[in-house]
Formats: sequence, structure tokens, C-alpha cells
Amino acid sequence: MSRTPTQAPRSVLVVAVLGIAFLALPVVGLLQRAPWSSLDDLLGRRTVLDALRVSFTVSAMAAAIVVVLGTPLAWMLVRVDIPMRRLVRALVVLPMVLPPVVGGTALLFALGRRGLVGQLLDRWFDITLPFTMAGAVVAATFVALPFYVMTVEGALRTMGDDLEQMAGTLGAPPLTVLRRITLPRLLPAMGAGLALAWARALGEFGATITFAGNLPGRTRTLPLATFQALESDPEAALALSLVLLAVSLVVLLPTRDRWLPTR
Amino acid sequence: MDMALSVQPGEIVAVVGPNGAGKTTLLRLLAGLERLDHGLLQLDGLTVDDATDPGHVASHDRSVGWVPQDRLLFPHLSVAANVGFSPGATPNRVDHLLATLDLRSIADRRPSECSGGQAQRVAVARALAGSPSLLLLDEPSTALDAASRRRIHGLLGADDRPATLLVTHDPVEAAGIADRVIQLDAGRIVAASAL
Repeated sequence: MSRTPTQAPRSVLVVAVLGIAFLALPVVGLLQRAPWSSLDDLLGRRTVLDALRVSFTVSAMAAAIVVVLGTPLAWMLVRVDIPMRRLVRALVVLPMVLPPVVGGTALLFALGRRGLVGQLLDRWFDITLPFTMAGAVVAATFVALPFYVMTVEGALRTMGDDLEQMAGTLGAPPLTVLRRITLPRLLPAMGAGLALAWARALGEFGATITFAGNLPGRTRTLPLATFQALESDPEAALALSLVLLAVSLVVLLPTRDRWLPTR
Repeated sequence: MDMALSVQPGEIVAVVGPNGAGKTTLLRLLAGLERLDHGLLQLDGLTVDDATDPGHVASHDRSVGWVPQDRLLFPHLSVAANVGFSPGATPNRVDHLLATLDLRSIADRRPSECSGGQAQRVAVARALAGSPSLLLLDEPSTALDAASRRRIHGLLGADDRPATLLVTHDPVEAAGIADRVIQLDAGRIVAASAL
């Protein structure tokens, strides 16, 4: 026995197929023009390898910071009755909707050498963030954090707090409840959030170029190298794009239950 | 909720009443999952909640074992880890409870692999493992087979039993194991009788 499938109006199906074509076309274009025969040579070039190294270093560090900052933040947004929760939540989501260049500009004015906090970092600790790899990490973290927080926050809401309350009545203090009940049950969502945040960090362009610049071997990430190569070496740009496309597809795998339901 | 109720160590008090009478709320108040609007709540002679005081003793600092209607077993932990979850649970105590409630053979299973009766016995064992002063049981025998019911009732009849509040719809269960019955309606005790 199986359910009768929904009768779909043909006009709706036509528009839906147009939507699929619109999304698939750029990918097909990229694959069709890709320099498959010289791919090995292109990906072995120094500039490409440098961009790969910078990108993976920056995105991995950003992903680690995202988990450390984002897990308690998501937990607090769901489980703690904080004042002005809506405002705090809007602030958390802001980098998702803010044009990345604006994010980079804001970071420059906050953490630049003459920025609100940047001047203190420079004066007290001799730390300079703009136009450094650390700056690129800050920019990537800024844009990626909301993706992680929203994923984990959604999972926490869905889980509810019944089991946490239960653990409390058994005498477990709050930190034990977090360690033994909340976090183990949250791991799949943390993995999905981490994958999304890492992919966003890897693809970051606007905030990075504004705050950290485009310095080869230091802040020139894969997207920046792709943009740079597009003017002088389109084949290298295509090869770099393929790398980013492959990484994006790999990232979709751990999040497939969330984004790629089987039905 | 407006009542004066005192339960002595070793005493089993059955709480009966219609739906919405406040039976589950009473248990949640005692477990520290709800705050009092007015009045005073004492456990072991210690005030754990006072409506005139914004502070209260958190649930993890109360010596209470709670078996809710929906059991709330930890799905990612084995039966043995569920029973031994309380920081006050000793290995000997856990082993004794697993044996008494016939749970040894399924100690490594996850709750999702247990039958309804087994899951209920795990919930009761878990609540007792930390040797609480007060045991709160919310409909512990609902949908249980006769053997599971006998084992749970046998455990509740043991000499070292804590003060127990037993919410039940079953007058036979109340009469069978309780020392006293109180009837609630709209958050008040409307009848009380010794058995």
C-alpha cells in the first residue's frame, strides 16, 4: 500500500524545472569549460598551492573558533532567559544578511589599528589584525558563526529540555548535564553546523579582502586567488573554482539529512 | 496549589484525583522543576522553596528520585549507564537494582531496544540508584505487564524504601502498596485516608 502522489499542475512543474536549470547552469558551465587535461599542472602551481594552504588554514581555525564560541552562545539563546533575547539573536544573525564588504569595513573600524578595540590590542599587546592571516581568520569567523549558531540552536529547540531536567533531578549539576546529556545528543547538529560554517568560511571573499587584504601566501584565500586569476589566467581560475565546487559538495555530505532529504 | 502535606521516611502516600487536579504539578514542585507561587516546601527538614524568597534549592541539590509518566530515559546511554547516572549511585547499588528488577540481561541495551515494561523498570531503578530521601512516581504501573508491576511493587515494599509519593489512577494499586491515600482536586487535598 502506498500513498497516492500529489497531482501537480503542469505549469508549476515547468517553473520548478526552470528553477533547477537556473541553479544547475553555472555548475554545468564550469564543468564544461574546465581544463581537465591540464588540471594537475594548474593545481600544482605555487600560487594555487599557496591559496589552498591559506584557505584551509584560515577556514580550519575559523571553524574551531566558531565551535568554541558558537556552542555556548546557541545554548544560552535557547536555555537561558536572557534580557533582550530578540536583539541578541538579531545581532547573531546579522552577519548572514550583512553584505560581507560591510562586515569587513565594520571589522576594520572595530579591530583596525585605530579601531575601537584594535588600538587597545595594538597598544597593550602589540597585536595587529588587519592585513594578516589572523585578520583573515577573524573575517571568516565573523561571517561563519551565524551558520553554526542557527543550526545548533534549532537542534536544541527541537530536543527540548526534558532530559536535562531529568538529569538534574538525579543530582547531576548543570555542567555534568551539559557534558553527559546535552552535548552527546547535540553532536550530529554540531557536525552539520560545523560543516556549513566551514564551507562559508572557505568561500568568504568580501570581508576578507576588506579587512585582511589580498596578500599572496598570507591572506589570499581560494576565492581571492580565483578572482585574481580570472583577469590574468582564466584556466587557473577554473581549476580553483573546481576545487571550491568539490569542497562544497563534500560539505553537503554530512549535512545531507538536513539539506538533502531522501524524500 | 494549596495544601499541607507531610510524608514520613518509609511511608508511601498514594495521590489520586481527576485529570488536572494538580498531581503531576505536585511532583514537579517537589522535584524542583516548578517554583511555588506561595507557601513553603521542606525536604528533610530543609526549606527548598519559599515563595517569599527569590532563591531556591535547585533540583540537583534535592535528594529526590523522579519517575515521570513518559520515563525520560537517556536514549544515548545503555540501561546500566541510565541506572548509574546519578552521582550518588554506587556500583553495588546499581548492581543490586539491576538484579532486583531483572535488568541484568539487558544492561548493555539502549532504551530504544527495551520493551515498555523494561523501560519502566529502568526508570524506577534509575530514580532509586542515588538513594533519594523522597521518591516521586507518576503512574509507574500504567501499561505494565503483571510481572513488571510485581517487581516494582516488591521494590517499593523493601525495608530501605524512601518516603514515596505515588500518583496513580489505579485504586487497586493505591490500596495494594500505599500507607495513605490523598485525593486532590483543583490543587487542594479534598480527602485523606489511612489504609
